[in-house]
Amino acid sequence: MIKIEHLVKNYGANCAVDDISFEVGKGEIVGFLGPNGAGKSTTMNILTGYLSSTSGSVSVAGIDVLENPLEAKKHIGYLPEQPPLYLDMTVEEYLIFNYNLKGCKLNRDKHLEEICEVVKIKDVYKRVIKNLSKGYKQRVGIAQALIGSPEVIIFDEPTVGLDPKQIIEVRNLLRNLGRDHTVILSTHILQEVQAVCDRIVIINKGKIVADEKTENITRAVENNRRFNVKISGPQKEVLAMLRSKPGIVYAEVLSNRDGDAYSYLIESEVGIDIRKSLFYTLAEKKWPLVGLEAMGMSLEDIFIAIVDQSAPKQRYERKGARQRNVKAAAEAEVAKSIMEKTDKSQGGKYSALFDDEQNS
Amino acid sequence: MFAIYKKELRSYFINAIGYVYVGVFLAAAALLCCYTTLGSQSYDTSTYFTMLIFAFIILIPLLTMKLFAEEKKLRTEQLLLTAPVSIWEMVLGKFLAAFTLFFGTVVVSCINFFPLYSYARAERANESYSVMHVGPVTAEILSCLIGIILIGAAFIAIGLFVSSLTENQLAAAVITVAIIAVMLVLDMVNQFIDVYAIRFVIDWISVMSRFGSFTGGMLDFSAILYYLSITGVFLLLTTRVYDKRRWG
Repeated sequence: MIKIEHLVKNYGANCAVDDISFEVGKGEIVGFLGPNGAGKSTTMNILTGYLSSTSGSVSVAGIDVLENPLEAKKHIGYLPEQPPLYLDMTVEEYLIFNYNLKGCKLNRDKHLEEICEVVKIKDVYKRVIKNLSKGYKQRVGIAQALIGSPEVIIFDEPTVGLDPKQIIEVRNLLRNLGRDHTVILSTHILQEVQAVCDRIVIINKGKIVADEKTENITRAVENNRRFNVKISGPQKEVLAMLRSKPGIVYAEVLSNRDGDAYSYLIESEVGIDIRKSLFYTLAEKKWPLVGLEAMGMSLEDIFIAIVDQSAPKQRYERKGARQRNVKAAAEAEVAKSIMEKTDKSQGGKYSALFDDEQNS
Repeated sequence: MFAIYKKELRSYFINAIGYVYVGVFLAAAALLCCYTTLGSQSYDTSTYFTMLIFAFIILIPLLTMKLFAEEKKLRTEQLLLTAPVSIWEMVLGKFLAAFTLFFGTVVVSCINFFPLYSYARAERANESYSVMHVGPVTAEILSCLIGIILIGAAFIAIGLFVSSLTENQLAAAVITVAIIAVMLVLDMVNQFIDVYAIRFVIDWISVMSRFGSFTGGMLDFSAILYYLSITGVFLLLTTRVYDKRRWG
């Protein structure tokens, strides 16, 4: 449905988008992530024909956006970061204006009513947009993008400024839209991506650094082997026991202390659940287990790790608590695995080159 | 294009600006008519039209200042530029909306000529022996109307172009006022220049000097072409502004 090939966009000497390629299939919901200034909005603006690209091609529904922008734009509904609302119009007038602007051929009243039903703005239909709350304004913006039932819908941060209930409503809406539209969603709220998207594309400094199915990333995150255990007992002996225990590949003392209990960080071997056997061992030695906490990685952490890794100059080298370093290393590992996979699917600018040499 | 045209025309009357424009235009026209034609107790309308063109210095920026500047400020231009509408259609839609309002007001301001015609009829009834033409010269009025409408179109195109350069409506208005004022005053400055070559060039580009033939009841083809060219060039420049932004 959407095909971006070797897209480059320079603003003078400044390179906003640097040779990115990806495809989005029909009915897919793709989350487009990246820190501020990564090139998300630029990419979206090029996709919608608002900006031109320096080089590379972008096509929507098989139509090249640069060569035939008018035709391509007919297939796109776009909600920019700031909803483009004429504040002095009523919702009705605004939607009718958009309907006419897009040269929509569907039955007007029926179509607009359906859209209002979907985004739930029927009760403010006759009101002036200026007087609406932010949430309603956002929804009117979403309604605008849906007019003409375009095959591709692009949302730039659609839930900014909404209250939690509205956020959930909008997410549900997006998920429903994904059934028969192709949706691209730009955001920096990770739960949103996790909740809504089939696929996540992370972009940093104009390059795609990760492109992975959401479930794979989630699995990588949940596949957790690190625990923070609190054991009451002599510190040195406990540590020695932990280090020698089969199934544990790494153990260290953490700084926080609670009475006579110390905290330890342990990492188990792949595929082993260390918790039960650890409990019995400790019971044998009469060292009470006071606490056991999985050191979870959040999607945020992975995201930060990916972004950090893709920008080697700003590498994570904070000399904070050791716990943090160990955690960071773990995150970096997951991030790296995702990025390597992406690199291959991106045509493997570096690794594939290497593979080719080996093959020949 | 039609959607944009309709929207712009509508927005003139949702905001006060459309009413302000129409009101000021009609008031200025009526006042000028009183002080020039009626005041001098003649049927000559050429001074009236010439003065009316000077009123455009204030009137035209009222029409054009918000056309693009406001869209830019509210970021609604993104909506227009991502809609399946070409840049030309967008610019033309806006231009035509402003022009329609301008044209309508000019037509309404023709009400000022009624006293002339009704007075002329009364006078003719009294002096039935007169062989001279009594009353306003309709051909002159018509050619002047065509002239000011073309000048208005050219100024609207200039205002539109200025509006596309900034997102500040006030700046757009002030710059448009300045440009139109300079274009109109150029003709007056000309009297003080001794060098013929410079005078010739200024005379050639001056909007007012070309209006002279219209006040004589003539449709000067070169003048018409000149005004249409200004309109065309500035509309083209406006589209280039948006093209350049897209490619920049």
